[in-house]
Amino acid sequence: MRTKETPFVGFIKTLPKNMFSGLVVSLIALPLGLGLAMASEAPPIAGVITAIVGGIIVSVFGGSFVTISGPGNGLVGVVLIAITTLGLTATYAAIICSGIILILLGFLRLGKLADYFPSSAIQGMLAAIGLIILGKQFHIMLGNKIARDNGIDYLLEIPNTLITVVNYQDKGLIYAAIAGVISLAIMVFYSKIRNKYLQLIPATMWIVIVSVGFSYYYEFILKTPNPISAAYMIPSIPNIQEIITDIPSPNFDMIGTLSFWSSVVALTLIASIESLLSIKAVDKLDVFKRRSNVNKDIKALGLATVVSGFLGGLNVVTVIARSSVNVNNGGSNRSSNLFHALFLVLFIVLFSTELTRIPLTALMAILVYTGYKLASPDVVRRIFTIGKEQLIIFFATLFVTLKVGLITGIVAGLIATFVIHIVVTKSLSLFVKNILKPNVLMFKEENGGYFISVKHFCSFLNFNMLKNKLEAIPEESDVILDFSLCGFVDHSVMENVHDYQELFHKKGGNIGVIGLDILGTKSEHPFALRRLLPIQNIITNNKTKRQNNLEQVANDFGLRFDPLKHRTSTFLENFIYFKTKKIEHVFNQLSAKESPCHLFDVTFSEGEFIAKEVIRSTMLHIKTSSNVPVFTLDREGLLERLYALTGYKDIDIKNHADFSKRFYLRGENENAIRSLFNDELVLFFESNAYYHIESSKDGLLVFSKERMASIKEIKALLDFGLRLNAIINKV
Amino acid sequence: MNAINFKTIGIGVNFSPNLEANINEAARLALRFESKLVLIHVGEASEEKSKTFTEFLSPFENQGLEYELFYKSGDPVDVILTSTKEKKIDLLIIGALKKENFLKYYLGSIARKITRQASCSVLLLINPSINRVPCEHIVVNGLKDPKTQETVTTAFLVGHKLGVGKITVVEEIDQEEVSVKVDDDKSLRKSTIIKERLRLREEARVKKVLDSIPSDYTKEITIKSQPIFGKRGYSIGHYAQVARADLLVMNAPSKMTFWDRVFPHDIEYILTELPTDVLIVQ
Repeated sequence: MRTKETPFVGFIKTLPKNMFSGLVVSLIALPLGLGLAMASEAPPIAGVITAIVGGIIVSVFGGSFVTISGPGNGLVGVVLIAITTLGLTATYAAIICSGIILILLGFLRLGKLADYFPSSAIQGMLAAIGLIILGKQFHIMLGNKIARDNGIDYLLEIPNTLITVVNYQDKGLIYAAIAGVISLAIMVFYSKIRNKYLQLIPATMWIVIVSVGFSYYYEFILKTPNPISAAYMIPSIPNIQEIITDIPSPNFDMIGTLSFWSSVVALTLIASIESLLSIKAVDKLDVFKRRSNVNKDIKALGLATVVSGFLGGLNVVTVIARSSVNVNNGGSNRSSNLFHALFLVLFIVLFSTELTRIPLTALMAILVYTGYKLASPDVVRRIFTIGKEQLIIFFATLFVTLKVGLITGIVAGLIATFVIHIVVTKSLSLFVKNILKPNVLMFKEENGGYFISVKHFCSFLNFNMLKNKLEAIPEESDVILDFSLCGFVDHSVMENVHDYQELFHKKGGNIGVIGLDILGTKSEHPFALRRLLPIQNIITNNKTKRQNNLEQVANDFGLRFDPLKHRTSTFLENFIYFKTKKIEHVFNQLSAKESPCHLFDVTFSEGEFIAKEVIRSTMLHIKTSSNVPVFTLDREGLLERLYALTGYKDIDIKNHADFSKRFYLRGENENAIRSLFNDELVLFFESNAYYHIESSKDGLLVFSKERMASIKEIKALLDFGLRLNAIINKV
Repeated sequence: MNAINFKTIGIGVNFSPNLEANINEAARLALRFESKLVLIHVGEASEEKSKTFTEFLSPFENQGLEYELFYKSGDPVDVILTSTKEKKIDLLIIGALKKENFLKYYLGSIARKITRQASCSVLLLINPSINRVPCEHIVVNGLKDPKTQETVTTAFLVGHKLGVGKITVVEEIDQEEVSVKVDDDKSLRKSTIIKERLRLREEARVKKVLDSIPSDYTKEITIKSQPIFGKRGYSIGHYAQVARADLLVMNAPSKMTFWDRVFPHDIEYILTELPTDVLIVQ
């Protein structure tokens, strides 16, 4: 048993892991910070200052646990417009003002601003930001710097740029374009290759290493100047003394103008939306399932933004990709955010001159990839499956944002959503009459469960009322959410409720939604209906060769083969392996009622946004009795990093030195595990192929590699599982 | 404890399709409570009108119903309000209208004005029927208010007379009373504890109220006490709807100013969306 630790001792113990995680994150933050700042036409160092200030202040005053703060990609577009209309020093003043507003929002408990925006409109806005980034940086990535009026014009120029690049005569430009293309390739293919040595260093850092190495190769080996055109290299980075002496003074002269305040509003809006979406997404990844204090975090982000503005940095927001990398590398509290900032300081002190060896085109490739991820066809496809009307909202927001601006864009999205809701319900009065009514009733039933009933309608306009009630329920409770008195429930609500369902499920509670089926039939409700059928199984009789073979294997082992995708994967959620991963669906299942073995392919993702990796893997689940203790058995080194996170100790089995040397056996209840691993079981593991095995409450999870298995491997896995089952159940 | 009873029951009648149903409901209640029924008609008296009313009432007269027809011309609101005083009516019955296409009921503007100004108890019927529909479940408010004792007692009286199976006393706890705002896990735990404490406090208070009710009334009725967290006055209607109550019994509002109508509270919510039959105890 683990002894009780004081919080302080616990904190000290986690420091090394958080330091490591902070280091990995800082490796991403450095190139990304430079790139984001340059994309917004601010001095490159501004992005790094933002990350440093954000990391230090938010880690001290923040209310979340595993988030990383720094310059955000959503703000690129807004900062860019601010700098072109106001100038750099006035933009710093606008950033300071938006920081003050954020602090006020935090104190007024209005931090949850993002809840009032329909999710398709937010998606549209983010996609527009992605296209703005992609459109502008694509040209620079290929060494063809151009200036156009708005986002759409930049996008329309892409074919021209491609033609120009093919006809380049200037060698410097050709090298610049090659650097850009190679960097983009690194970003795209990095996540497809699962090699543990390659993955030790983040993709963005590989770009930096390769380009700095390239530069040194020319300088020291070939003794010729770097062939990449000097115009496409990062302009000089000030060293630490210069940064301190040259702090720009913000210019508040334009504080009376409308354009100043519209920039402030846009900065505040995007900063709060991006932060909130990130906090929400990162909370889902937290191994310890903690709940972030959003208002406290917004206050800290606001304060950090004010300080950052005064020191020549940009808006500080919570960033999703870096935060997810933090979680995946063992970050467990805010100290990793602090370490990420401190490592950045170290990098700037030690390597500020080396950074000028990075080609601009390589940095912009990172941004092009970021922009693509924000506006990727997947986003459109996902929205389309929810409903055609969501696509209208999405594109309305997207086009208005690109053509006019961010604030107009989000307002257009709001109006489009509201109009669509009126058209769908054929009633304006439903919304007008009931919008201010406290339409949510919550009470505790005699059995200790909670009952929530929602009346009239529930959409992005009044979701906060339902949200307040849901927030006030301990997540381990059972909740019935009744929409049967509701005439209309929109997609944003369904999506948010779904998030809460996941959250409750994770902590042992449950939210049962009732009354939607009546709604669907009575009012032909489009959003609710489609939300209930998120997975579409297209043609089923069109099996792949592997599926046909799997069917054969199933017959051989007396199992049933089910190729369809299923979203129910509750039996996997208790396994430590899946704690930081999001399971998407389970498919190609081989199972039978009477057999304890259940073989399946599973699709899951690790990380978020540009750090996201989608993995498909074949695994075997064995049902066991519930008295098998929780343990993980692993070949030395394979996944040890992940399991070190849980704090379990390596357990040695007496008289089996060879076994102890070859395997990592971890778990909490040492005695129970020792008694489980008797001679027979140890011998079994010693004499069979290596598998990663882990047990949870009432099952074992067995797999060998983080990829889909071949038919031969599946046969071996099934055979191994059956024999293991025989031994374990004997013990 | 002095039991309250409705000695005289009044109902405003006009010639609408609901006339028979309204009269039947009123007459049935008057028989149950052994009270006198007064039919108030705004308009001139005429042979023909009286004949129609008596025709509808004759089956109940045979069962021993005592009734009176009262005619007076003028503004409907004034006429009904003055006649309730004149005839010493204890309970005034008002029928609600049903919106076409919607499963919602609302009060006409006249009925609303009467409800606001009436000095006696008012029963709002959403679905008067010609034949008797049994009343199974009564929801009554258990607010911390001097009137509550009487209201709850009345609810039990009605429950007793109508043979109701279950009465739920609902304590509405305002969100404001839970002083901790939920931000994170710690504040959530705190607020859950505070809520539990409030719930126990409210339940103890309701128990006291229930203890002073004559045991005759409570004998055959299942009693439940249910704390709910929500907007006062609104949420109880919502609860009555969710709990499929047949009758909601509420305190009469203390005083009604212009602002109460602009920013509705308590009873005004109920008047805008009738969840079920409502009895407002004066």
